[in-house]
Amino acid sequence: MRSADVVICGAGVIGCAAAYYLAKKGKSVIVIDADEAIGNGGSSRNGGGVRQSGRDVRELPLAMYGIRSLWPTLSEELGTDVEYVQKGNLRLGKTEKHRQILQGLTDRSTACGLDVKMIDKDQVRQINPYLSDEVICASWCPTDGHANPLKTTLGYFRAARKLGAVFLTGEKVLRLRKEKGALRYVETDADTYLCETAIVACGYESRQILDSVGIDVPLTKDLIEALVTEMEPEMFPQMLGTADADFYGHQTRHGSFVFGGSAGYDRENRDFGHLAVYGNTAPAICRATLRWIPRLKDAKIVRTWAGYEDICADGVPVISKIDEVPGLIAACGFTGHGFGISPAVGTCLAELACGEKTSVDLSALRYDRFRSCV
Amino acid sequence: MRTDRSKDLGPCLPMEGDDRIVCRCEEVTQGEIRQAVHDGMFTMTEIRRYLRCGMGLCQGQTCSRLVSGIVARELGIRPGELRPASSRAPMRPLEMSIWANECQAPDGAAETKKGGAGDEKC
Ligand SMILES: Cc1cc2nc3c(=O)[nH]c(=O)nc-3n(C[C@H](O)[C@H](O)[C@H](O)COP(=O)(O)OP(=O)(O)OC[C@H]3O[C@@H](n4cnc5c(N)ncnc54)[C@H](O)[C@@H]3O)c2cc1C
Repeated sequence: MRSADVVICGAGVIGCAAAYYLAKKGKSVIVIDADEAIGNGGSSRNGGGVRQSGRDVRELPLAMYGIRSLWPTLSEELGTDVEYVQKGNLRLGKTEKHRQILQGLTDRSTACGLDVKMIDKDQVRQINPYLSDEVICASWCPTDGHANPLKTTLGYFRAARKLGAVFLTGEKVLRLRKEKGALRYVETDADTYLCETAIVACGYESRQILDSVGIDVPLTKDLIEALVTEMEPEMFPQMLGTADADFYGHQTRHGSFVFGGSAGYDRENRDFGHLAVYGNTAPAICRATLRWIPRLKDAKIVRTWAGYEDICADGVPVISKIDEVPGLIAACGFTGHGFGISPAVGTCLAELACGEKTSVDLSALRYDRFRSCV
Repeated sequence: MRTDRSKDLGPCLPMEGDDRIVCRCEEVTQGEIRQAVHDGMFTMTEIRRYLRCGMGLCQGQTCSRLVSGIVARELGIRPGELRPASSRAPMRPLEMSIWANECQAPDGAAETKKGGAGDEKC
């Protein structure tokens, strides 16, 4: 039986980041992923947004900490260019109702000390001249940005592996097992691992793994889609989003545009084992793109894909020690915005596993916060 | 297949042809592909995501066999043992304005369902 100080279930960006920070602290780490490829879940399928604006105030401190202290130097830290660009986030509105939504989000974030403000049509135009004339307002957060999720996830993997972390792919975690009331074993379809601490970071599948020791986290999942264009001349560096949260995207360092959106069928999307994209969605994302950025009408799409978001009942993740099972830590339910906070989450998970005080207070993200609605 | 990414591949010694471009769309060399394998990228999916080879205009239709040959050689396995990275729609690059015409709600009516309210998926 192999053993390690910490066994991490799931090699997404969260598991890989935690592995890196733990290995850096000198801990022995084994990371186990069911997929053949590292980071083949949401982590390699997301839109690359690294934003604070529009976040729930419970997870905003994680986003602010990561953007202040970790993202700016991440490429040097990992020895992989993660293509981090900090040129702001515009969240766009076309109607009075949009303005109200944006104003509400802005007020809640400024109360937490975030530098974000409402701007009018002309100010939007000054920041980004390519947007539709119909845009009447936006929230503007100059310290937001974007990065390359593929390079970030694989960069954490590469750096953790270099520090001695063991990664096992194509091996599925089936259950956890306790000994004398504390977590001791991680059982897979191939082997059993002995550990002091286990971190469960398997996206939606975390629910079933946690259930094996009697813990339930209220998760569901949606299959959402994105697409990428061929290389285009440089247009604008900001991350874009909308008041209704139905469209987002940015231009990558490479020159391609990555856009995501919805035809409204995220919950009914198909999964025949290869995450088939739904015929309705790519055209809907194209229409949204043309409505917000008309100039891109001739841009050619080269690829579309789908990825799961693990949705937590109240919209923010669970990042928490489990009191009933000493040695167990859960990190799941990122609800479609876990990439931007992944460096901060990885840092805090390593601190939790080492029994240290976390860099960011995680008390609002505990596993036992869910109360009945009636 | 279960794989331990700590498998010892030996040192990544320079080889003839390392500066030859293998993926022409994204200009990725043999040497970069070999180094990526030694950095732990053992699957075609990871190689593509890490280096962008096969992510350009031709989406790997030209170079994917060459790339899998190089990766297999570094790993000491047969190329057939490597699963190809997924092919995805569209088959040929397609303009936004053309694809936008598909699956529209009738008469410009509002599209049937819509996303959330203010909590962005990004
Ligand atoms: C289309 C799309 C766009 C997005 N856009 C953004 C964005 O712009 N900004 C942002 O911040 N976030 C975004 N997200 C969300 C972000 O991608 C996720 O929140 C983040 O990747 C979560 O990382 P993770 O490591 O928890 O999950 P994952 O990457 O899903 O990793 C979970 C891992 O667990 C493994 N696993 C599952 N079951 C088992 C098992 N039984 N045993 C072992 N391993 C198992 C899986 O194979 C997987 O590798 C987006 C998501 C999608 C799908």
